[in-house]
Amino acid sequence: MAREDTPLDQEVFDRVLKEQLDAGTDKRVAEGRARSAAVRAYKAAHPEEEAAAAPVAAAGDGDGQAQAPAAAAAPAPAAAAAAPAGQAAMVAAAPASAPTRTAPLPTGNIPTPKKGAPDKHRLLALVPPEGIQRVEREQGDRVNVWPHLLIEEFVAMFVLSVGLVVFSTFLNAPLRELANPNLTPNPSKAPWYFLGLQELLRYFHPMVAGISIPTFILVGLAAVPFVDRNPSVRPGDRKVAITLFTMMFMFGATLTIIGSFFRGPGYNWIWPWAQGVFFEL
Amino acid sequence: MKLRPPSPSQVGDRIRETEVWKSIFRPGSIFRRGYKDTSRDRALATMNNVLYHLHPVKVKRHGLKLTYTFCLGGLSFFLFILLTVTGIFLMFFYRPMADIGGAQAYADMQNIRTSVFFGDFVRNLHRWGAHLMVFSVTLHMARVFYTGAYKPPREFNWVVGVILLFLTLGLSFTGYLLPWDQLAIWAVTVGTSLAGYSPFIAKQMNFLLLGGVVVGPETLLRWYVLHVLALPFVLVLFLAVHFWRIRKDGGISGPL
Repeated sequence: MAREDTPLDQEVFDRVLKEQLDAGTDKRVAEGRARSAAVRAYKAAHPEEEAAAAPVAAAGDGDGQAQAPAAAAAPAPAAAAAAPAGQAAMVAAAPASAPTRTAPLPTGNIPTPKKGAPDKHRLLALVPPEGIQRVEREQGDRVNVWPHLLIEEFVAMFVLSVGLVVFSTFLNAPLRELANPNLTPNPSKAPWYFLGLQELLRYFHPMVAGISIPTFILVGLAAVPFVDRNPSVRPGDRKVAITLFTMMFMFGATLTIIGSFFRGPGYNWIWPWAQGVFFEL
Repeated sequence: MKLRPPSPSQVGDRIRETEVWKSIFRPGSIFRRGYKDTSRDRALATMNNVLYHLHPVKVKRHGLKLTYTFCLGGLSFFLFILLTVTGIFLMFFYRPMADIGGAQAYADMQNIRTSVFFGDFVRNLHRWGAHLMVFSVTLHMARVFYTGAYKPPREFNWVVGVILLFLTLGLSFTGYLLPWDQLAIWAVTVGTSLAGYSPFIAKQMNFLLLGGVVVGPETLLRWYVLHVLALPFVLVLFLAVHFWRIRKDGGISGPL
C-alpha cells in the first residue's frame, strides 16, 4: 500500500512539522516524524477502522496459502488433470489476493554460525539522513558537448588562430638595439600591463604604488567571493558589486591607457595625436 | 574475372577496420567506422577522447550562448598551448647568455629573425600571442565577475583563477626580458625597481629577482629558467585544479 494512502491526521501533521522545523531539524527528518505522529494520532482517534482492516488482511493470507500449491502444480507438464483445477483456483484466488503479498513461509533451515564467530554481529546500521551526502543536481536543459560545444570551441579557436597568423605575418614584434645598461631610453616604460602601476608612481610614493596597491589588488581580488555574500547572480540584484567592479576595472584601464599613450619623454604628459605615440608592445 | 582497383572509400573503410586503427581510436570516436549520430555515440565521442573528456558529456544549454562566456577561458587555454608550442620552437635557437662583449641572447634573436626558417613568424606569434593571453585572461576574469560565477560553490576556483592571472603576468614579464634589447632591459628595470621598495626585504627581494643589484646576465638566466620551466610548471598545476574544479563545482555557472 502506498504511503500516501495511509490515513493521517492533517492537523497533527502540520503542528509536528512546524515544531520540528522550528527546532532546526532537517526537512526530510521533520516530515518523517510529523507523518508518523499524524498516523499514530489518526489510528488512536479511529480504532474501529483498524479493527475492520484486520480480517481483510487475514483473508488475504488465507488466499495466499491456497494459491501456493495450485501454482506449484500448474507448471508440471504430466499433471494434465490437475491443470484445469489449478487454473480455476488461481482465477478464484486472484481478485481477493491481489492487494496483499505474502512472504514465503520460514523453512526452519537456520544456518549454523561458523566456529569462532562472535556471538553478536550487527547486520544493519542506522544512518541518519543528515549523514548522507545528498547530490542535488537539477536536470535542467542540457545538450551534448559533442557536437554542440566542441564545434563552437573549434570555430573560436580557428578564428583566433587566423587572426593571430594574419597579424603575425604583417606585423613584426619589436627588436631594438642591443641592451645597454649605460644608456637609458627616454621614456622608459614597463610592459603595457604594468603601465597602470607606473602611472600611479607619478602620484604616490613607490612603496604605495609599487607594493601596497598591487598587493591590495591581488588580495582584494582573491577575497571577492568571501566579501560578496549575496547569493544572487542576477545583475539586477548585484548593482553595488557590479558598479564597484566596473569602476575599479575602468580605473585600471584608464590608468593603463594614459600610461601607454599619453606619456612621452621624461614620462611627461603628451597628446598622442600631436607629439606621437611612445608605446611599444 | 576482371580485377578492379578498390575505390577510395573502400580503401578508407578497410583501413578503419584494421586492428591498428581500432586500437588507436576508441569506440565512439568519429574517426572510427560505424560512428552514428546517436546520443550514445555523441557521449562516447566526448568520453573516449583524452582532450575532450575535460568536458562533461552534457552541458547546460545556456552555456553555449556566445555572449555568456565569449569563449574567453577556452581561448586563454588555447593561447597557452600555442605559446608552449611556439616557445619550444624558439628554445631551439636561443641561448640565455648576455656576457659583456658577446651578448649571445641578442645575437640569437637576430639569427631567429633573419636566418631561421619561419623564425620571425614564430617569434611574432609568440609575442603577440603572449600579449593577447594577458588580455584574454583579464577579460575572462571580468566575465566571471559579471556572471557572478565566483559565488558558492565556486569561491575557491575564483581564487585559483586569480593565481593563474598572476602567473600569466609573471610569464609574460619574464619573457619580456629574453630578447635582451633596450626595450627588454629597461622595461624590466622599471618594473622590478618597484620591488626595491618592498618593506623589510627590499634588498633580498631585488637580489632574488635579479640575481644581482641591477638587471644583468644573471637576471637573464634566472628569468629564462622561470619563463620556460618553473612558471609554466606551476601554471599547469593550477590549470589542472582550475579545470577539475569546474567539473566538481557543477560545470558552467548560471543561468543568470
